[in-house]
Amino acid sequence: MNKTNLIIQREYLTRVRKKSFIIMTFLGPVFIAGLMSLGIYLGMSDSSVYNVLVVDNTPQISADSLSQPKSLFWKEFKETPQMKFQYTHDALTNAEFDSSAYSLMLVMREDIVTFPEAELVFRKLPSVKARSYIKSQVEKVIENEKLKLNAIDKRVYDSIRTDVEILSVDSEDGGTSYKQEQAMVGFGFAVLIYFFIFLYGVQVMRGVMEEKSSRIVEVIISSVKPFQLMMGKIIGIALVGLTQFLLWVILTGIIFTVVSGLILPDAATMAEQVQATQVAAEQATSDPMNQAVISDMAELFLFRINWPLMLGMFLFYFLGGYLLYASLFAAVGAAVDNETDTQQFMMPITIPLIFGFIVAQFALTNPEGGAVFWFSQIPFTSPIVMMVRVAMGFDAGTVWQLALSMALLVAGFIGAVWMAGKIYRVGILMYGKKITYKELWKWMRFNS
Amino acid sequence: MDVLKVENITKAYANHIALNDVSLSVPKGSIYGLLGPNGAGKTTLIRIVNQITGPDSGKVFFNGEPLSPKHVSRIGYLPEERGLYKKMKVGEQALYLAQLKGMSKKDANEKLKEWFKRFEIEGWWDKKVEELSKGMAQKVQFITTVMHEPEFIILDEPFSGFDPINANLIKGEIKRLSENGTTIMLSTHNMGSVEEICSHIGLIHNSVKMLEGSIGTVRDAYKEGVYDLQFQGDMISITNAMWTNFELIDHWKRDGSQIARIKLLNKSTVNDLLAVAIAVIKVEAVNEVIPSMNDIFIKVVENKSDSHE
Repeated sequence: MNKTNLIIQREYLTRVRKKSFIIMTFLGPVFIAGLMSLGIYLGMSDSSVYNVLVVDNTPQISADSLSQPKSLFWKEFKETPQMKFQYTHDALTNAEFDSSAYSLMLVMREDIVTFPEAELVFRKLPSVKARSYIKSQVEKVIENEKLKLNAIDKRVYDSIRTDVEILSVDSEDGGTSYKQEQAMVGFGFAVLIYFFIFLYGVQVMRGVMEEKSSRIVEVIISSVKPFQLMMGKIIGIALVGLTQFLLWVILTGIIFTVVSGLILPDAATMAEQVQATQVAAEQATSDPMNQAVISDMAELFLFRINWPLMLGMFLFYFLGGYLLYASLFAAVGAAVDNETDTQQFMMPITIPLIFGFIVAQFALTNPEGGAVFWFSQIPFTSPIVMMVRVAMGFDAGTVWQLALSMALLVAGFIGAVWMAGKIYRVGILMYGKKITYKELWKWMRFNS
Repeated sequence: MDVLKVENITKAYANHIALNDVSLSVPKGSIYGLLGPNGAGKTTLIRIVNQITGPDSGKVFFNGEPLSPKHVSRIGYLPEERGLYKKMKVGEQALYLAQLKGMSKKDANEKLKEWFKRFEIEGWWDKKVEELSKGMAQKVQFITTVMHEPEFIILDEPFSGFDPINANLIKGEIKRLSENGTTIMLSTHNMGSVEEICSHIGLIHNSVKMLEGSIGTVRDAYKEGVYDLQFQGDMISITNAMWTNFELIDHWKRDGSQIARIKLLNKSTVNDLLAVAIAVIKVEAVNEVIPSMNDIFIKVVENKSDSHE
């Protein structure tokens, strides 16, 4: 065991000290945090101010005998710090518009109430947010006009207008179900496991090939058993993977906090603006839904996911899946002489892995389908597929599926390690021979 | 006392038999040359002794005990196909290999520093292996083979890849280790170095042990009653004088003397030869021709091959 520790130590230290590991460890979180911050920043910071010229050709009518006659949209739009409106009755030509100070020109049809259509002329395509704001303003005015025409009281209209939200309720626990959303979180973990298995599995294969092609392997296995060398390598690299994952989590957290701290004052005002825009846009319907959606998301992340179970299972399925695949990768590395020969043996390993990834995507749309059940049990795909199901949670009736899947994975990796050990033992001392599957089968039946 | 005793080892691979009922004994303190043409089964035998692979049948004893993993630290092994981790630093790597052989880090460090000094390569400690030439890497690897002071060292083709100067250095080290009581087994194709440093040999051919023993006994056993007769006189007269009891194998001139290589037949003796020779020529010297290891090697291997066909 002591010698296995030595091997683990070497495998771990040589990799952790590599420049590429250090660079990856720092660039990874910078990249992730950068992406996250960028997403948030972009979401909040459409900071350009739109100067909109509203060309209102609708007939000028007096609302009652006292008031001045005015056209339908005249000074009806609500301004925000980002949306300024000027009104006119005469449209500019495109050339005139191009040389004007306006950023947008909104041209209304005369009969817009009957044919709800307007043109938005731009020099630079406005953001989706700006467009939807303009749309909501125009709709609001037309709606009000129609209410007036039909002599409907606005309060009555508001009380009639209905926005239905369908909540899925699980018959078993009676609670509101967010399975779809939870599955998304699980899918995130599934993607992580998929990448980690691939990334570090291939590292195991490369490591074995390095030892084989540099011929040091014979010296080492005169001191330790081939199985110890193989397991030492696999475990050492697993620790490298876990270290990297942990560092990523910590560094991403730090960077994200720092960056959001830097842009937060900015972001806070942005958020206010967004809020104001939304309130203005939804004034007509006075919709409280948005608030609800936001708190739903928070609830999903904080309470709907069983985090201790999720993280525990992530570790379990990552290690189980990694051990299973890494030992197969090690066997491939031992069987071949050079990188080009790996192709034919890589295929049967990568296909189930990719397949698991595809099934995990199915699980997003149909989390409780039959295929998802079966592939969450098969050890080759369960580390990926099961993540989605773990995120959705288990109850007393289905928890046996998790237990069975875990037991099968343990059996699976023990089997894979045993099989790989046999191939590895023969393969590392076999040079200059093109290996076939038949040959591998023979190796597995050799006695030491 | 034999450091290594191999009894009736058989090892078969899928398509061929690598060792067929092979028995060997390596006496303590000997330098044992394991000889045989390529593919004879030497490397398989060496791997079995190093417990890299196991025999199908037969037994191996180390100092009288059945060979087991606890003996690993008492054996040093330099494989024919040599290599080190290319990206690792020399010192670090040597330390690692020493620890795998069961040395403590502290002892290994001290011992290594000593060896690096002996070989005058202290400056390499922090170099990566990929920066070393092939010969330099071989030196490092030789050190890693012997640094844990094993009582039995196995060297597979120790001189291949070394230039003559370094080959001599290694030869010197082998002799020094042997004088200090280490038993050494080496496989080589270089018959000259076998005669120079080996005390015992074993020859394997086609998976079978053909002969074994101390160099002296083996060469004596392969003496064929051939003598070099140095004389002044006429080559034809000695040829004519010889009867059926003698066979002239070869003849040449050296420093104004004639030399005839003559094989004694039909139990004739040197005296018989001299009696005949003295009558016709002036004899200067007679020397028995002792077969070289090279001759023995070729003889054994070719005879065996012939009988196979």
